[in-house]
Amino acid sequence: MTEAAIQSNHPQQAEAFLKDLKRARWHDQALWFMREKRDKGVLGLKEWEALREHASRIKMHTLSHLPKYLEQFESEASKRGIQVHWAKDGDEHNRIIHHILSQHNVKRVVKSKSMLTEECHLNDYLIEKGMEVVDTDLGERIVQLANEPPSHIVIPAIHKNRQEIGELFHQKLNTPKGETDPTRLTGAARMHLREKFVQADAGITGVNFAIASTGGFVVCTNEGNADLGTSLPPLHIAAMGLEKLVPTPEDLSVFLRLLARSATGQPVTSYSSHFLGPRPDTEMHVVIVDNGRTGHYAQAEFRRSLSCIRCGACLNTCPVYRRSGGYSYGYTIPGPIGTTLAPHRSLEKFHTLPFASSLCGSCSNVCPVKINLHEQILLWRQKLYNAGIVSPAKRLALGGMSKMFTFPGVYTLGGNVFRGVMSLIPGNVIAKITGAWGKQRDLPPIPKESFRQQYKKMKGHE
Amino acid sequence: MQIGLFIPCYIDQLYPHVGIATVQILEKHGYQVDYPQAQTCCGQPMFNSGATKECKSVAEHFLKTFRDYETVVCPSGSCTSMVRNHYAHVVGGNNDYETLKNRIFELCEFLVDHAKVSQLDVSFPHRVVVHQSCHGLRELETGKPSELMIERESKLHSLLALVDGIELVHPKRLDECCGFGGTFSVLEEALSCAMGNDRIIDYEETGAEYITGADVSCLMHLGGLLSRQKKSIKTLHIAEILAGTVQ
Ligand code: SF4
Repeated sequence: MTEAAIQSNHPQQAEAFLKDLKRARWHDQALWFMREKRDKGVLGLKEWEALREHASRIKMHTLSHLPKYLEQFESEASKRGIQVHWAKDGDEHNRIIHHILSQHNVKRVVKSKSMLTEECHLNDYLIEKGMEVVDTDLGERIVQLANEPPSHIVIPAIHKNRQEIGELFHQKLNTPKGETDPTRLTGAARMHLREKFVQADAGITGVNFAIASTGGFVVCTNEGNADLGTSLPPLHIAAMGLEKLVPTPEDLSVFLRLLARSATGQPVTSYSSHFLGPRPDTEMHVVIVDNGRTGHYAQAEFRRSLSCIRCGACLNTCPVYRRSGGYSYGYTIPGPIGTTLAPHRSLEKFHTLPFASSLCGSCSNVCPVKINLHEQILLWRQKLYNAGIVSPAKRLALGGMSKMFTFPGVYTLGGNVFRGVMSLIPGNVIAKITGAWGKQRDLPPIPKESFRQQYKKMKGHE
Repeated sequence: MQIGLFIPCYIDQLYPHVGIATVQILEKHGYQVDYPQAQTCCGQPMFNSGATKECKSVAEHFLKTFRDYETVVCPSGSCTSMVRNHYAHVVGGNNDYETLKNRIFELCEFLVDHAKVSQLDVSFPHRVVVHQSCHGLRELETGKPSELMIERESKLHSLLALVDGIELVHPKRLDECCGFGGTFSVLEEALSCAMGNDRIIDYEETGAEYITGADVSCLMHLGGLLSRQKKSIKTLHIAEILAGTVQ
């Protein structure tokens, strides 16, 4: 692979995002505001760190007994009249859902936010089969109308400013041209969505938590759209990743306290909808999806990232995400968690992501389930290096560096570290490194004598 | 007590005065300092690039150089953390490592926890803001990261509070990363500089004359941006203030 190919992708996308500096600053501030809300939400909760620790243990326990809890969930859910399906990948997930929908002659579907159906590209699949699929979460609806994927897992349209949303609504929902008042725009969206809710033949939701001991599941929203989308139509299909389990309702309570605080700073999401089985004369289905998760699960050093509860806090705190935007990652889930998940899909394709991090570690500290995000990012760099997915020039440079630093003679001989490094690294690579440093930054003046030399003199005079 | 002094390669070559200030402050507090000439680098650039194997020989050389010292002190949080924490993934189980990891300290850590410094007799009558480098803050725990709901004093601030005439100011974002990040600074040049520039804005808003910190690498990055933009705010390593080598 050439150096140019290595440098493609995230760095390029980030640079493009930063071209519009005003917008980048605004994006940074908007997300930092979320981080501040989170800080206020958890401040004064003395048990916060204990809660995180507890949640992390529950998740680790559940993951290490996953087969048992999945079976328990299936059997308890079935007792409640919930029909459980298993999908090994995104395709099967889409086929199963389409099959259930067509059995019920469904034409119109309302969905409430689910990153899993995004991951499986369900919307495209169903639309191609002639169904109408409407995302009912306001942010999701905005990106759907704009024909774009979400750029954040909790605030999908965070990359759009008020003016852009106003213009989009003007084109798609007939709001007056130039209307940018958030209340009026939200009002217009609400009217439009009410109509869709009333007309829907089926509702599809995600699953935030599934409870093994009861066979029920919980969907958390702030707009109540999971309730609306499932209480009118006679058919509810819920799609869940197989890692969404918690053992008991007591365990659930820990996560409900952590999720909303981490996401938006609220003590609890406005709506935590508990689904415990179908109403009379209706059907409720749960589709449990693997889609690469068991492969991920098998890699012990990466297993903890399966604990993710998709709160988005690591995105909001990430100085890289805030300044490069969700699309720069090229994966459904961006930010630190996306960076740790995407390489499970393809190390080749996402080879720039593990380097799209300054390893500041803020993500691991903010994560409510204590996923060691920045350590996993570092681990991916090792995997990349060992798999040889680092350019030969860079490999050579690193090999040369190791020689130089192992043999002190070589190190001091060079006179200064830069001259030493330069003699061992191909000229074009050096030019690239110094070029990249020097584009916007000066180097400090090179002192006449190194510390080593000065120290010798100092001690010699004593 | 004799201290083995570990001076990271870029301090040796580009910031010798930071090394000198480190020697001075340690000697002033009664320690004998020895700088083993065989030292090179801790191997962090290789480790952070994923080149663990290449890093191993460098780490072994480091351990050999420093294994006979009762205490090792280093004026860089990042390099100290590399040895104390990340060597576990490079030379974990190595006896020298298992001993040394409990004996190597970043300068401020050492001054607060071991030297128990309570008096400095230096003055620096300026308005100063502290740049909390990520590895010192989050890996060595030299302060309280803003994300965690815990109590922990900032060792850098405690030490600076002993300096006469200093006025410490605080930025709105207490501990946002400056964007250096080693190879990140060149692989993600645009982002790295954007992060640095935003950090500079945060610091300028405090009205500070100086940005100080315990990691030269972050300061080199911020200083590089400041110098190119001909801004007046300056960077200084904390050792220079604590040793009184700057006025
Ligand atoms: S990794 Fe942690 S912080 Fe990030 S979205 Fe998942 S649970 Fe939230």
